[in-house]
Amino acid sequence: MRFYEFEAKQLLAKQGVPVPPGGVAATPEEAERIAGEVGGATVLKSQVLSGGRMKAGGVKFADTPAEAKAAAEEILALEIKDQLPVSVLVEAKADIKQEYYLGVTYDAVAKLPVAIFSDMGGIDIEEVAEQHPDHVVKENFSALLPYSDYKMKELIASLGLTGRQLTSLTRVGTRLVQAFLNYGLTLAEINPLSQLDDGSFVALDCHLDMEEEARDQHKELLAEFGIDEDETRQGRPPTDFERRGARVDQVDARGVAGRVVEFDGDLGLVIGAGGGSLTIFDAVQRHGGRPANYCEIGGNPSMKKACELTKLVLSRPGVDKIAVIMNVVSNTRVDIVARGVVKGVIESGFEPSEKIVFFRIPGAWEGEGFKILEKYGVEYGDRTVSMSEAARRAVERLGVGA
Amino acid sequence: MSILVDENTSFIIQGITGREAVSMTRECLDYGSKVVGGVTPGRGGRDVYGVPVYDTVAEAVDKHGATGSVLTVPPAFTRDAVFEAIDNGIKLLVIVTERIPRFEVAEMVEFANMHGARIIGPNCLGLITPEKCKMGGIGGPAADTRKAYAPGPVGVMSRSGGMTTEIANALTAAGLGQSTAVSIGGDAIIGSSYAELMPLFEADEETKAIVIYSEPGGPMDAQLSEYVTKNNSRLPIVAFMAGRFMDKMPGMRFGHAGTIVEGKQDTAAEKLRRLEEAGIAVAEEIEEIPDLVKERL
Repeated sequence: MRFYEFEAKQLLAKQGVPVPPGGVAATPEEAERIAGEVGGATVLKSQVLSGGRMKAGGVKFADTPAEAKAAAEEILALEIKDQLPVSVLVEAKADIKQEYYLGVTYDAVAKLPVAIFSDMGGIDIEEVAEQHPDHVVKENFSALLPYSDYKMKELIASLGLTGRQLTSLTRVGTRLVQAFLNYGLTLAEINPLSQLDDGSFVALDCHLDMEEEARDQHKELLAEFGIDEDETRQGRPPTDFERRGARVDQVDARGVAGRVVEFDGDLGLVIGAGGGSLTIFDAVQRHGGRPANYCEIGGNPSMKKACELTKLVLSRPGVDKIAVIMNVVSNTRVDIVARGVVKGVIESGFEPSEKIVFFRIPGAWEGEGFKILEKYGVEYGDRTVSMSEAARRAVERLGVGA
Repeated sequence: MSILVDENTSFIIQGITGREAVSMTRECLDYGSKVVGGVTPGRGGRDVYGVPVYDTVAEAVDKHGATGSVLTVPPAFTRDAVFEAIDNGIKLLVIVTERIPRFEVAEMVEFANMHGARIIGPNCLGLITPEKCKMGGIGGPAADTRKAYAPGPVGVMSRSGGMTTEIANALTAAGLGQSTAVSIGGDAIIGSSYAELMPLFEADEETKAIVIYSEPGGPMDAQLSEYVTKNNSRLPIVAFMAGRFMDKMPGMRFGHAGTIVEGKQDTAAEKLRRLEEAGIAVAEEIEEIPDLVKERL
C-alpha cells in the first residue's frame, strides 16, 4: 500500500526526519493560503500514486501566493497516468547544495532487510546502480537483533563521507530504518535527501509502501490518515466493481473468492487459484479472448462465496458469458465451486448451459462436481483437458455465440 | 531417491485441530505419510484421526521424535509456532499459513538459519515424494494425489501450490514421474528458493530434470539463472512463466503476495530473457512441458 507523498512526509516527520515546511491543499485557495504562510518561493506537487510527476507537469514552482494558486489550479486538473491528484502539496522551495539517496527495503535473496545509500540522489536508484555502481552501497541487517546506529554510520562512511555530513546523514538514516521497522513498511525511500545551502538536511521527496499484511497491525495510524480499509493503493484506485469483489470475499472467512480486477473485455472469468488465475488469464488472451475481469478462487471457499462471485462477474455490463477454469485443485472442492457457480448463474436469471461457455476444474471431489455439471448440461472438461485448451474452447464458443 | 522427504520421514502438524488441518491430516495419513503427532495449545490429550494432540512441540517431539513439522496456524501466531518448532529440534518446517508480514518471515528464516533448520513456504502447499510421503495439503485427498503424482525422474518447484499439482499431472499423464515436487510458496520472502533447492536435486541420483513454475516479481529466477551458469548444473531445466499480462500493469499485485511488477527486473519478459540466457528451456503452455523435458533427458 503506497502512501501519498504528503502522508509519507507526515509519517517521517513523526519519526524525526526533517521535511520541508508546508502543507497539503485540496483547492487553489488553500494552496494560496499555505504559500502565504510558508513565505517566499514555493514548490507545488501533484499528489498521485505514480512516479514521473515532474515529466508529466505535476510539479510547478511559484514565487508568490497568487502564482501558487494558479499553479495549484492547473495541477489539480491534470491527470497523471489516468489518475487525478487527491490534492497538491505546497512546500518551501529549497536551495540545494547536494543530493543523496537513502532507502530501506527487503532483499529477497538474503531474506533480510537492506539499507541502501548513494551520494547521487535525485535520480532513480536503479539507474544509479546500473551506471554508477561505485556510488551505491548496501548493507543487510538482522531482523532478529536490534538495529544499531553504527551500521548506518559504516554504510555512509563507506562512500567517503565524514564530518557533519556523516553524522547528519547517519541520524536521518537510522530514523528511516526505525520508520521502516515500526510501520511494517516494505519500502522506505528518501530521494532526494538534500543538504541545503545552510548545511541542514531535508527529505525533499520520499516513497513509503506499507505491506498489505501489516495493515491490521497499524489500524490506528491508517485511521489517523483517513485511509479506508478498501483503499488498495495499488497502481490505480480500485473501481466500484473491484470494491464489490472485495466485499464478496468478506462474506465469510472460508477460503478466497474475490481479488477481482476489472478489464474491458466480454468474457467473464471465474478462475483460480493464485497461479492458476495468472496462467488462465494469459491463455485466454493468447487464444484471442478478451477477459472482462481477473479474479481468484482458492483455499476451499464456501458455496455462497462462489455463488456471489459468479453473480458479480455476470453483472458487469458487456459480459455475455463466463468461463470457469482452475488448475487441478488440492483443497478447493470441485463440487462446492460447481454448485456455487451454477446457483449464481440461475439466481442471475440465466441458464447454466448457456452462460457457462466452459468449466474445467479437476481435482478434489471432481466426481461429485461433474455430476452437477451434467445435470445442468454445462460443457466441462476433466484433467485430460489442459488449462490452455479449456481457455481456447471457451473463447471459441463465445465467438460462435456472438 | 528424493529430496527432503522419503518413506522414513515422520512429522507433526502444528495447528492440527483447525478445520483445514483436520482434512489435511486425513489426506496425509491416507497417502501413507507418518503423521506422528499434532500440536494445538489447550487441546492436549485429544486426537485427530488417531493422531495424538499435544499442548507443546516439546511434548510431541519427546514422545515421537519427529524432525519435521507442517504449520497451519493463523498468521498472528505463526512466528511463535515456528520458533517453538525450531527450538525443539525440528529441522524441516513447512509453513502453509498465508498473509504473514514480511518482517516476521525474515525473522523466522534468520532463526532457522541459526539452528540449521530449513523452511519451505510460507504460503505453500508443502512437498511430496510420490508414493513415499506427502507433507502438507499438496495434491489434496490421497486418491486425487495418486492421480496427479507418480514416482520418476523430474524434480518440480513451483511458486504456486495449485500449479505444482497441475504440472505434475501433465508430467504423469505423459509418463514422466516426479522425484520430489515442492510448492515453495508465493510470498516475497520464502524459506527455500529454486536456487537453494537445486543442490539437493543435484545430489539426488534419481532426479534427471527440473521443472519450475514462476511468476512476475522477485529475484528468484535471476538467482536460479545465476546458479545454473555458475555451477554448470547437470540438470536440464524447463520453466513456465505465468502472468505475462502483468508486464503492462506495474504496481498491481496479482495472485500471490510476491507477484507484482515494480521494476523492469520484475517483468515476465525480463525474467524469461534471463532464464533463456542461462540455457533454461521456456514452455509457452503447460502441455509443452513434458515434451521439452523428454527432449532433454
